Amino acid sequence: MTAPTAVLPAVTVEIGGLPIRMHCADRAYLDDLARRFSGFTHASPDALLDLTLELIVPDAVDPDDEVRVQARDGWWSIERSDCSADVDVAARRGHIRQPASPYATDSVLRIIHTLLLAGRGGVLMHAASAIRHGKAHVFFGPSGAGKSTIVELAPDDATLLSDEISYVRREADTYVACGTPFTGELERVGANTSAPLAGLYRLVQGDSHRLEPMAPADAVRAVLECVLCFAVDPLVVTQIFEAVCDLVARVPVQTLTFRRDAGIWDRLE
Amino acid sequence: MPTYIARHPMTASRELGGEMIVIFARDSRLFTLNEVGGAIWKAADGTRPLDVIVTDVVDAEFDTAGTDAAADVAQFVDDLVQQGILVASEAPIPVALGVDQS
Repeated sequence: MTAPTAVLPAVTVEIGGLPIRMHCADRAYLDDLARRFSGFTHASPDALLDLTLELIVPDAVDPDDEVRVQARDGWWSIERSDCSADVDVAARRGHIRQPASPYATDSVLRIIHTLLLAGRGGVLMHAASAIRHGKAHVFFGPSGAGKSTIVELAPDDATLLSDEISYVRREADTYVACGTPFTGELERVGANTSAPLAGLYRLVQGDSHRLEPMAPADAVRAVLECVLCFAVDPLVVTQIFEAVCDLVARVPVQTLTFRRDAGIWDRLE
Repeated sequence: MPTYIARHPMTASRELGGEMIVIFARDSRLFTLNEVGGAIWKAADGTRPLDVIVTDVVDAEFDTAGTDAAADVAQFVDDLVQQGILVASEAPIPVALGVDQS
């Protein structure tokens, strides 16, 4: 007989101020998660979602399989060849079936945060971000644009929020960028902090430092290309579209051309 | 026979910086319409024939009376119908619910 969720050991991972508590009968796996999300875990009794993790051995794993996400009738359904999840949004409860791999939990958390943020006017982006002088800056662009480079060039007084997946949350009519434990090629976990978002920068490597405002329609298109969306569900697509339009209307979006020296950071102030 | 046009219920749109940005939520395709295209898009509510949209919206707002605006509008509308984001009919089109927000 499966133990009720309430008596299973759990770890709470809070990203962007949204705590998700994960229950699992496998204590050793929870310890792995606590290490994987170190800096973003706490023992608070409060949680936005309670998820039960059922560890499985998948029948077959397709490395090219894309995740399918549906939001319907108050449920979120996530399907991929190696894992699946069902979340009852109103009950704030869900069930995840996944292999015993923190990377699988990482993937599911990214998807769930995408859905949570979409309903709150925020987004996750393939972007690097950092705080300097109390303001957050988010750098986005296609692979090779220089997201890791701009982070590597950051001065010592900058605080890394993420080198891979940036978290943009809406608070009334303003936006904040939050640190995440989702790492990229630099394998550096972001600081668990946040700051008001000063700007979004589409990166272009060049031979000088330049900032050029983007036209709103171009900015929406460029930002949408970097937003984690997991496609398929029209409701989620619409929510994310509205969120990006609101974001572009309120936060400056500029093309940042830069060469490989730290002087670019002074141009952002 | 009059033609009525309506925005596909699976689209969402926003006017920013003088341009209309439209997304087709079914497949996430994005479209950017200029000022005239945006005005036609906003007028595409399924209740007015296209020739009325030409005179009351395009001619009136953009001073195109006496030009071949009707042909240009018809081509524009046809393009968007082919893209799947506009619905055209010989009768008024009932207001359709948008993407289910429940």
